[in-house]
Amino acid sequence: MILFAGTPFELNRIMMIRLLVTTLILVLFFLWSGTFKKAYKNKQYVPSRFQLMGEISLNFVRKSIAHEQLGDTDGDRFVQLLTTIFFIVLGMNVTGIIPSLNIASTALIGLPFVLAIAAYFTFIYAGVKKHGVGFFKNSLFPAGVPAAFYILVTPIELLSTCILRPITLALRLTMNMIAGHLLLVLCFSATSFFLFSADGFFKAFGAGTFLFGFVFTLFEMLVAFLQAYVFTLLTTVYIQLALADEH
Amino acid sequence: MISRIIEAAAEGQAHNPLLPAPADLLWSSVVFVILLAFFWVRVLPNFKKNLDSRTEAIEGRLEAAEKAQAEAAAKTANIEAEQAQARAEAATIREEARAEGAAILAELKEQAASEAARLTATAKAQIEAERQAALISLRAEVGSLAIDLASSVVGASLKNEKVATGVVDQFLADLEAADSKTKAGKKK
Repeated sequence: MILFAGTPFELNRIMMIRLLVTTLILVLFFLWSGTFKKAYKNKQYVPSRFQLMGEISLNFVRKSIAHEQLGDTDGDRFVQLLTTIFFIVLGMNVTGIIPSLNIASTALIGLPFVLAIAAYFTFIYAGVKKHGVGFFKNSLFPAGVPAAFYILVTPIELLSTCILRPITLALRLTMNMIAGHLLLVLCFSATSFFLFSADGFFKAFGAGTFLFGFVFTLFEMLVAFLQAYVFTLLTTVYIQLALADEH
Repeated sequence: MISRIIEAAAEGQAHNPLLPAPADLLWSSVVFVILLAFFWVRVLPNFKKNLDSRTEAIEGRLEAAEKAQAEAAAKTANIEAEQAQARAEAATIREEARAEGAAILAELKEQAASEAARLTATAKAQIEAERQAALISLRAEVGSLAIDLASSVVGASLKNEKVATGVVDQFLADLEAADSKTKAGKKK
């Protein structure tokens, strides 16, 4: 069933998954946010188990990614975007291995694209805010390169900074998820085919393909987390490069 | 089966997976904006306040603990000073008591000595008085005895009272004189 088919509001399976994941993220963090609020209002400084889980999750992005790369002050300036990116990508990736959802909603280019655009404008904003027009000069004409080499270096820098960064961000994530989805579909379709459609001896292959499917499911769990981490980390690094005084 | 795969592949070719469909972009943006606003406005401020208040509380408690420790140390020092003072006081009191005791002892000794001297003097005086008395009575008796003896030896001639007393007194005076002479001689 597809709602609003053919219009820009078309709600197919992947869009439904996205809305479902969004709702789950909203509910989970709403609860966590409530425990934080209660804790500081009641001056209860020993976190409960649930609260601690929330703190660990949020601190992973805030401390291990933002503060580590950007320092405490700049880290806190961009932590909202980084947190959002991390938990969207993680939540949407995980649907790839959840039975009945069975597809990572980041496997469709739209969402990674939107996130990459957000990251792109954020690091440009960070650079311009800090260095003004000097940011573009710094990026396109790196210091310490002989003037003659700018003929070679500048087009490469332009391509890499302004075009390739967001594209690689979006494509890396999408392709990883598509590949994972294809692998799982291949393994489990094959298992289904061997067990139910193939004759005699070939049924035995079913066990092998099922085992592969199982292993790849575990692998996808790792990939889901890893891609969320990589996407967030790269966004942070781009912001950090934009903020750096010299490249 | 194979025809279905080809069909699917053909469908895939119809839409390039690298170009986002309008609906895809729209819903992605909606999701992103909702979650960004949610994290920005609600989750992260609460999270930060929670952490900050905890840090503050921990720092405050550490400070309070340090203060309490300093107070305890001051109190201990006070107590020690007081103890030293008390000890010194006790020592002076003891010293004073000892001196006083010694004074009392000396006084008592003196008293006893004077008492003893007094007793000795009294005894001496008494002895002297008794000696005098004995001497006087002895003299009287010696006189009468001597007269009796002399009477019995010489006869009644000495019965005259006046004469007898005179003789005896003369005799005793001589005796005393001789005695005092020998004493004087001894002294010389």
